[in-house]
Amino acid sequence: MTSILTYTFKNLPSSTWALRFSLRPLSCSSQLRAAPAVQTSTKKTLAKPNVRNIVVVEGVRIPFLLSGTSYKDLMPHDLARAALSSLLIKTNVPKEVVDYIIFGTVIQEVKTSNVAREAALGAGFSDKTPAHTVTMACISANQAMTTGVGLIASGQSDVIVAGGVELMSDVPIRHSRKMRKMMLDLNKAKTLGQRLSLISKFRLNFLTPELPAVAEFSTSETMGHSADRLAASFAVSRLEQDEYALRSHRLAKKAQDEGLLSDVVPFKVPGKETVTKDNGIRPSSLEQMAKLKPAFVKPYGTVTAANSSFLTDGASAMLIMAEDKALAMGYKPKAYLRDFVYVSQDPKDQLLLGPTYATPKVLEKAGLTLKDIDAFEFHEAFSGQILANFKAMDSDWFAQNYMGRKAKVGSPPLEKFNNWGGSLSLGHPFGATGCRLVMAAANRLRKEGGQFGLVAACAAGGQGHAMIVETYPK
Amino acid sequence: MVASRAIGCLRRFANASRTLHHCSGYICRNFSRSSALLARSHINYGIKDDVAVIRINSPNSKVNTLNQELQSEFMEVMNEIWASDQVKSAVLISSKPGCFIAGADINMIAACKTPQEVTRLSQEGQKMFEKLENSPKPIVAAISGSCLGGGLELAISCQYRIATRDKKTVLGVPEVLLGILPGAGGTQRLPQMVGVPAAFDMMLTGRNIRADRAKKMGLVDQLVEPLGPGVKPPEERTIEYLEEIAVTFAKGLADKKISLKRSKGLMDKLTSYAMGIPFVRQQVYKKVEEQVRKQTKGLYPAPLKIIDVVKTGLEEGKDAGYLSESQKFGELAMTKESKALIGLYHGQVLCKKNKFGTPQREVKNIAVLGAGLMGAGIAQVSVDKGLKTILKDATLTGLSRGQQQVFKGLNDKVKKKTLTSFERDFIFNNLTGQLDYQSFEKADMVIEAVFEDINLKHKVLKEVEEVIPAHCVFASNTSALPINEIASVSKRPEKVIGMHYFSPVDKMQLLEIITTPKTSKDTTASAVAVGLKQGKVIIVVKDGPGFYTTRCLAPMMSEVIRILQEGIGPKKLDSLTTGFGFPVGAATLVDEVGVDVAKHVAEDLGKAFGERFAGGSLELLKQMVSKGFLGRKSGKGFYVYKEGVKSKDLNSDMDSVLAGLQVSPKPEVSSDEDIQYRLVSRFVNEAALCLQEEILATPAEGDIGAVFGLGFPPCLGGPFRFVDLYGAQKIVDRLRRYEAAYGKQFTPCQLLIDQASAGKKFYQ
Repeated sequence: MTSILTYTFKNLPSSTWALRFSLRPLSCSSQLRAAPAVQTSTKKTLAKPNVRNIVVVEGVRIPFLLSGTSYKDLMPHDLARAALSSLLIKTNVPKEVVDYIIFGTVIQEVKTSNVAREAALGAGFSDKTPAHTVTMACISANQAMTTGVGLIASGQSDVIVAGGVELMSDVPIRHSRKMRKMMLDLNKAKTLGQRLSLISKFRLNFLTPELPAVAEFSTSETMGHSADRLAASFAVSRLEQDEYALRSHRLAKKAQDEGLLSDVVPFKVPGKETVTKDNGIRPSSLEQMAKLKPAFVKPYGTVTAANSSFLTDGASAMLIMAEDKALAMGYKPKAYLRDFVYVSQDPKDQLLLGPTYATPKVLEKAGLTLKDIDAFEFHEAFSGQILANFKAMDSDWFAQNYMGRKAKVGSPPLEKFNNWGGSLSLGHPFGATGCRLVMAAANRLRKEGGQFGLVAACAAGGQGHAMIVETYPK
Repeated sequence: MVASRAIGCLRRFANASRTLHHCSGYICRNFSRSSALLARSHINYGIKDDVAVIRINSPNSKVNTLNQELQSEFMEVMNEIWASDQVKSAVLISSKPGCFIAGADINMIAACKTPQEVTRLSQEGQKMFEKLENSPKPIVAAISGSCLGGGLELAISCQYRIATRDKKTVLGVPEVLLGILPGAGGTQRLPQMVGVPAAFDMMLTGRNIRADRAKKMGLVDQLVEPLGPGVKPPEERTIEYLEEIAVTFAKGLADKKISLKRSKGLMDKLTSYAMGIPFVRQQVYKKVEEQVRKQTKGLYPAPLKIIDVVKTGLEEGKDAGYLSESQKFGELAMTKESKALIGLYHGQVLCKKNKFGTPQREVKNIAVLGAGLMGAGIAQVSVDKGLKTILKDATLTGLSRGQQQVFKGLNDKVKKKTLTSFERDFIFNNLTGQLDYQSFEKADMVIEAVFEDINLKHKVLKEVEEVIPAHCVFASNTSALPINEIASVSKRPEKVIGMHYFSPVDKMQLLEIITTPKTSKDTTASAVAVGLKQGKVIIVVKDGPGFYTTRCLAPMMSEVIRILQEGIGPKKLDSLTTGFGFPVGAATLVDEVGVDVAKHVAEDLGKAFGERFAGGSLELLKQMVSKGFLGRKSGKGFYVYKEGVKSKDLNSDMDSVLAGLQVSPKPEVSSDEDIQYRLVSRFVNEAALCLQEEILATPAEGDIGAVFGLGFPPCLGGPFRFVDLYGAQKIVDRLRRYEAAYGKQFTPCQLLIDQASAGKKFYQ
């Protein structure tokens, strides 16, 4: 049926549908309500007439490790390559079928600035498959996925590999601008005299290095600092934050012990042992957590190392296909990727409120309510950020005064929220987290039952993302 | 009003009981003394756990000022707190978002008749703050917004200070700017707190210190970040948060978990070690005093007394220091200088208001014609405040120069760290440079700053009126061309107005707005609103040759030329004028303004006003212009100017010019003092004429215009305050004496004669 729809679509490029489609890719909620077309289960599905269904066939990630541990001697493309080759092995997808590869990353290694291509070449993909790298802070992998969704939906591609990578064990530390300038000028200097006169201008302070910071360029504020202020704005207490962080670690531990984290693939680190599990999960006690000093707003802030996500190395990859293609190739997809939105807001005072803005918008677009969601998978940058988002989502005042909405969307029920842990405990390799969120939602829906999952994340720059994941009928 | 207060309290009480259920932090708000609470209008207090939270909120005012009422209520509350067993510590906070305490009530001082009365006021303040300083229960001052003068003295008497790191939070002791000193223990406590050099700097300059700097100096102990929106507006939540943090610290202090000892940096340690040596201290006093004498020329008594009081406290002990502080405070409050400066302060407050009401349309888009020094300056102060601004010039070179000037102005702020580079770029983006009239149909106001030529102004006005919308105001930035003459070619003269900015626009505070009889009230309101947005102090005057400011300056400049012709050299003249209190010497002023401009104005106004503006020979300016000595802009005027060189030498080529035009001086009116008064009395006489002819609406605007636009000595308070303080009769007598020597140029105007004979004052 879907293939017929696709066929029509392909053959009517000038129809009004196509026109609308090109204007608002993937957003056809009005049509959805007008004609709830394809029924695949008892509940309504989010399939739309004349829009290709897009499915996740499989997703993997190498274990997420605290930075400075087993991956510390590798380069980002090594991690990405490991994720990609695992995906190849796990799915057995013929390499020539893959139309395009997209990876997300945040802190770029300058030698491999298009890390997607470098990793794909080494991972055994065809050298005829183009690859590009996207960056959108913590939602880079989400951007990689949705870019792929766009390519499939617009009929440009059928099979996409999307993923993300981050290696915080090594970051580019640059020479100062003055030093760089002198070195570049030296390159151009032709005579010894010119060189000497340049060198004579050298000062010791030229050697001060430039360190990358997890700080907003526009406000110069570090993210942790902003998170602390955000928690204070919403009067989130230290205890609440510690409790939430503890919950995340406990749930992650449980999921790990019960083998629920099925997207994790082992990675034989060159020269080291094979890594099989995430190593940042450390359920501790409230008493121990209470002892920590605030990390950003000193001495009275509430955000500490224990209730923040930690610097992480890791990579993830995912095989996304048009449903018809997947079925034709004999795959059993895991989930549909449905409506998604990107939002952005004030990068100073609302830096991490992306989920609050994105959630009602994506629900509205999909014609769903919060009650329809069975699995919430939100990116946990900080406990305080998650709890502030809960409070913002639960506030009519905030919805009316800052979001231009009539009423609040409501706070997600905790029993459906990040049940297998989150970024606080599993780790957060900036560029790779998005795929982990989607796979967690997909796998939870399959395991726990339920039809719809909601993925949401905040990102530096005051941006945010949300996407509806619909389980693939068994 | 009492009723509404009561309701407010009840509502707060209701809130409090609601918070009991889900917020463990707010365990108990003790409102058992609500009867006493109702009687208080400035202060209310509640108890959180064992911390008393004292909230200051003066009724019907945007700011809290330390007046008698507030002080007595505060002491009443403090006495209750000290007596209460429940309370172990206290937090002092303001409920007004932008203001902690803006200072003491100046009117309290104004009401005093003798120095002794003022001294008594000071002593009461000292006693009150000493009690706070010795409080057995720690008091935390939680500062958000301005904390100035008496407000800061109060804060530094507390045991601990927490401030919000907000642009609005500034700390300082600006008393010196009012010709007085911090009279409630400030001169004694500040040196202890921030060290002698920093304390001198604060007290002698009166400068505002931002919160982050205050933290570095040791003036505040902790900073609190301002918050964004939560489930409440940001300002409200920030104050609440500040209070929560302050309460935590108050508890910590009471439980001795937080130490009051400050860890000092190496530099601080070295400074305080050095200041422990008597010889070093003496050297510091001497050095500071020298500097002050050089800068004030002995015209301002307050800075010297401040040094004296600090010295007494450090050398002879606290009691002597306090006594000296209160006595000197009393003496200073009675000085003419203080009265003049306080008068200026009041005038400034007045000129920061729009008495023409809110304009029908808010101006959001403006266009500036001409990207010269003035045009670019106007553009800079506009974009800075978020106005979308088009800067139009006739040539690309001119435009680029103007754009660069705006960028440089903003970038200088980045260097001073008052802006971030991102904010600079964001602000600079408000500026559009162009050579044509594109988008002028969206302009709400056009300000022209093209060359001072009536034909050019007419051409520009006609061109602009073709493209601008009906509601758009056309403002002319001219220093001398009458506005009605410019407006004569307008199709809509009710929308034409004069906006006379002063150079450099980003530094000079004054804006002189000129209305013609045809200018509508709404146009005026609009111009004033834009000026206020640009951060200007505004006087609104009627149209006439030279308006107010240029007209007052012209006769004085004419006298400057005569004095030069009489053989007084530019350097001597400069030192005489600065010695009288002018910030810039008269000869230097001509160089700065531009000799060609001065000549232009002198010719125009000479024609308009005839003999009264005569005196010096125009020939001097004409010869200078023909030789290319246009002042600073051409590198030569009375002085020689070189890029990057600060000290300036006399232009030796001027000797022959001056020699050729020399006239013999009249010895009976050529003493140094007479020369000073010849200059000032012509200025004052012309200012009085402007009031007499109703060019000026009020003497206060006249004083503000003269001081902020022309550099009239601030210690004299402006021409009108000067007449009041010096005596109208004495001025008239002087004028008569000079009249006898020179004739009509010194004939006192009728208004001055009337004031003198009736013994009246401009300010009652």
